[in-house]
Amino acid sequence: MSYIFTVSPDFSPDHISGWYIFNTWLQKHTDLAIHLEMYNNFHSQRSAIQNDSIDLIYANPYDAAILVRDKGFRPLTKPRGCCDEVIVATSINSPVQDIANLQPGIKVATTEDPDVNMIGMIMLESADLNAANIELKTSDSYVLVAKHLLRDDSDVGFFLAEAFDDLSTLIKNQLRILVRSQISVIHHSLMLGPKLADQHDLISRLLLDMDADEKNREVLSSLGFTGWDKVEDEEMEFMIDLMDTLKV
Amino acid sequence: MIQDMKPENIVGEFKEIILNLYGGFSRKIYYSELETPYPDGKLIVSTTDPAGVITHVNQAFIDMSGYTEDELIGAPHSILRHPDMPPAAFKELWDTVQKGEKWQGFVKNLRKDGGYYWVKATVIPNIRNGITVGYTSVRRKPSKAKVDECIKLYPTLF
Repeated sequence: MSYIFTVSPDFSPDHISGWYIFNTWLQKHTDLAIHLEMYNNFHSQRSAIQNDSIDLIYANPYDAAILVRDKGFRPLTKPRGCCDEVIVATSINSPVQDIANLQPGIKVATTEDPDVNMIGMIMLESADLNAANIELKTSDSYVLVAKHLLRDDSDVGFFLAEAFDDLSTLIKNQLRILVRSQISVIHHSLMLGPKLADQHDLISRLLLDMDADEKNREVLSSLGFTGWDKVEDEEMEFMIDLMDTLKV
Repeated sequence: MIQDMKPENIVGEFKEIILNLYGGFSRKIYYSELETPYPDGKLIVSTTDPAGVITHVNQAFIDMSGYTEDELIGAPHSILRHPDMPPAAFKELWDTVQKGEKWQGFVKNLRKDGGYYWVKATVIPNIRNGITVGYTSVRRKPSKAKVDECIKLYPTLF
């Protein structure tokens, strides 16, 4: 029997090969046939989740509620020290110096990344901005979000903080950070579906021990991680509750 | 149980009042007109048990309230209750979340030093296996326009 593993489509393009290396590592250490299926966007990945096609997922926190509460997934691990924080930025040439200066009707450059968009919108709320009085311009990548700002065809952009920090210095020097979130408790997680439930303890142990071995650390490095930290069921429930409060 | 505020903790000029809190408690309050602005980008997060007793706070909660974590854990959430907040707002909050629904509103919170800060608060019940085991509250930066509306509205609700 073959199992399907997928990765949240907002992963950094630099790490695509890393996920294939990780999947090979996982198969070797679990003796399970696991196929890595990369979806181009959140819409197609959610369809696969709804159709019960996914058995293992590196999930965006926005999808955690569906996975845990509707589909019976359990959390395994999260990348060490990585939280999903968001930056709202503008062009260095923009007169806007503060979120409070933003006015209704602004154009907001963004990606499809659902938790980034949610947190970004929350940070605009204090300026009385909401989905009804702004214009969203959705791009395929954070580099394109930055380009929208540099070309002056968007007023602000939403970035995953990690992606912003990975932009070239040349681009970053032409952008101004208006606000960087400091939430600390929202993160992507590796989660296991019901068909693999009996493998939970084995896979969890393998992942948590990964950073103890030099070769395994290279696999982690290809993902941009230094190690995995355990995610308890209640910690995941807490994050889902938190996301629910933020979706209001 | 909740302790009275202490005058020596208060910064600046202050007034004094006794507040009757949810759960049958009363508390002597000292409060000033000093506002602490809500910081951009932060969320204040806390959880309580079903009776509203604090079980978890994050660093932003500690920073904004002025209390230590030890002082907050085990205290009723009404430790933040400001006398300018109409009791009707909290009755609505409790009525809503006890029905298993989300509540959202704008709240003026009282700091340990007698000052205050405004938040946009969302409270949801934490339901595990069909049972409410507590509540999660998340506070974010409110818009100035909404706060100005509340400053006009709330005194009319007493």
